[in-house]
Amino acid sequence: MDSANDYQVSPGRLLWHCRRGLLELDLILQRFIEHHLESLTTEQRAELFELLHYDDITLLAIVSGREQCEETRLKGMVDLLRAA
Amino acid sequence: MSVPIRKFDAVIVGAGGAGLRAAIQLSEAGLRTAVLSKVFPTRSHTVAAQGGVAASLGNSEEDHWHWHMYDTVKGSDWLGDQDAIEFMCRKANEVVVELEHYGMPFDRLDNGKIYQRPFGGHMSNFGEKPVRRSCAAADRTGHAMLHAMYQRNVKANTQFFIEWMALDLIRDDAGDVVGVTAMEMESGEVYVFHAKAVLFATGGAGRIYYSSTNAFINTGDGVGMAARAGIPLEDMEFWQFHPTGVAGAGVLITEGVRGEGGILRNADGERFMERYAPNAKDLASRDVVSRAMVTEINEGRGCGPNKDHVMLDITHLDPATIMKRLPGIREIGIQFAGVDAIKEPLPVVPTCHYQMGGIPTNYHGEVVMPKNGNPSEPVPGFYAAGECACASVHGANRLGTNSLLDLLVFGKSSGESMVEYIKAQPAAHKPLPANAADYSLSRLNRLDTQTGGTAVGATRLAMQRTMQAHCGVFRFKNMLDEGVSKITEIEQQVASTEIKDKSKVFNTARLEALELDNLIEVAKATIVSANARTESRGAHVRDDAIDSPEFPDGRDDANWLKHTLWYREGNKLDYKPVNMTPLTVDTIALKKRAY
Repeated sequence: MDSANDYQVSPGRLLWHCRRGLLELDLILQRFIEHHLESLTTEQRAELFELLHYDDITLLAIVSGREQCEETRLKGMVDLLRAA
Repeated sequence: MSVPIRKFDAVIVGAGGAGLRAAIQLSEAGLRTAVLSKVFPTRSHTVAAQGGVAASLGNSEEDHWHWHMYDTVKGSDWLGDQDAIEFMCRKANEVVVELEHYGMPFDRLDNGKIYQRPFGGHMSNFGEKPVRRSCAAADRTGHAMLHAMYQRNVKANTQFFIEWMALDLIRDDAGDVVGVTAMEMESGEVYVFHAKAVLFATGGAGRIYYSSTNAFINTGDGVGMAARAGIPLEDMEFWQFHPTGVAGAGVLITEGVRGEGGILRNADGERFMERYAPNAKDLASRDVVSRAMVTEINEGRGCGPNKDHVMLDITHLDPATIMKRLPGIREIGIQFAGVDAIKEPLPVVPTCHYQMGGIPTNYHGEVVMPKNGNPSEPVPGFYAAGECACASVHGANRLGTNSLLDLLVFGKSSGESMVEYIKAQPAAHKPLPANAADYSLSRLNRLDTQTGGTAVGATRLAMQRTMQAHCGVFRFKNMLDEGVSKITEIEQQVASTEIKDKSKVFNTARLEALELDNLIEVAKATIVSANARTESRGAHVRDDAIDSPEFPDGRDDANWLKHTLWYREGNKLDYKPVNMTPLTVDTIALKKRAY
């Protein structure tokens, strides 16, 4: 699987990776992207991209606060998503 | 203009449950198999399926495929083909056990057998009493299925093309299918995938509606491609709706909320269900509640600035009860409606969930269409399975947990049919027609050069709102007539969509425009087919076809016990008979569908 370190994450790629199998995630991620994509730093984009590699069930549990993200360095991005 | 060509024995479009199951069959037979998917396979919409997969294993109590078949025919309101339904129900145990062998972590009984849970509509002894038939992996059955089958495909050397969007079906002069065109999202380049056989497993198109439980990727790409290639679409008027989705979002609110005392209210604050169902009130059946909600909205008593939803009120319940009995509901309200359900009512609307119709197939997964007097002549080289296909096992309404069964059984049977077909072909592929990619390239060129056109998002929204208002869960003749005109106008706008961003790499604006090209075909097929069918049957319910002694529940078997076929060219309709002859057992005779 591709990783954020392989290349600069383009906004288009990031947007497309927000397309998910679960409607709930589509809605949460779309809202986040609409409000925050422009202001994210390169590092934050890479963090979001990495977070988007989680499977849908786990990612929804993480952004809904039912589960903690095992990668503690992504905590800042998780917090941003939860607040969106 | 020439484009690069990739050659495979088989090409599968879509990597959800049906596509993955078919790919296992092909790759394990040693055939070179490519699977194209817009998203990573385990992010397909199959992941959202929670309820389980139906199979009459009889692990907890006596069960039989024939009883499952009866429930399915009844659920379909007799529009399902009884040969295909017998085939599916008889194959259920086999495909579930295979899945277990692939590593699917089904819930288990103490004796080690697969645990089975009860589900609405699952009955023993031909409708006598409920039976436990649904096999599940906690509340993540679809998720576990995708993972088990993806791993199996990796082992079998299936070649995945992830983040590729198929554009058009390629048929030769004889009408045989010889491949697809597809765009690699990362480069924006178009390729031809040349194949001996092509399977569409692209899922449903629930995004034609404003309120839908479907993920954004469910844009009916296979259905749209088939329609553009001259293949008719079957029974597209039949869509399953759920009464209470969050208005504007589509996220489902469980019926348990009304079970715990939730009340539906209109713009006047009136508990309107008292008028429609004086006894059951808010706990009336799904269809009664949905129809009442739509009637309130149509008669101007809807809520919000567009008067397009009603309210589900639980503010009178004790907050402690809400937190204890309905723990997820507050989170859903806050996250998707911006409302704290303890303090304010939730906006809700009947919400589209599942597409019963689709690309017509037989139970071998072969795509069929009328030709030379045969209503179901196979289209050589073309197959379809899962929600995009119409076998037809769901008929006018789908039985719960038959969706996962459908994609396993018909994913497998289409894969088997493709193996047989490909092995009978000469070693060399049938030649591609000259300029096989021209049609797709012309569509892309139109999009890149369009000026003064319409915006994709606004056009899609207009289509979704029109379908929701004019062809939703409860249908009215005048609304359908008007809706057909509106969708025809919107079709013109779709033909002139304009994107500002012309870049090549991961251009999501271009992808969304291409998806809208597919959605509009589904919307047209749906509303034109619904307008023509002047009866009520299953999920298609009309105000002008109501319950009477001659037509119980508005169903008119003398005139409408037949499948609709919609052709894109000229919006033409045709019909074909329902197969009432099962493979080995007696016909399940027509009767009123009552639960």
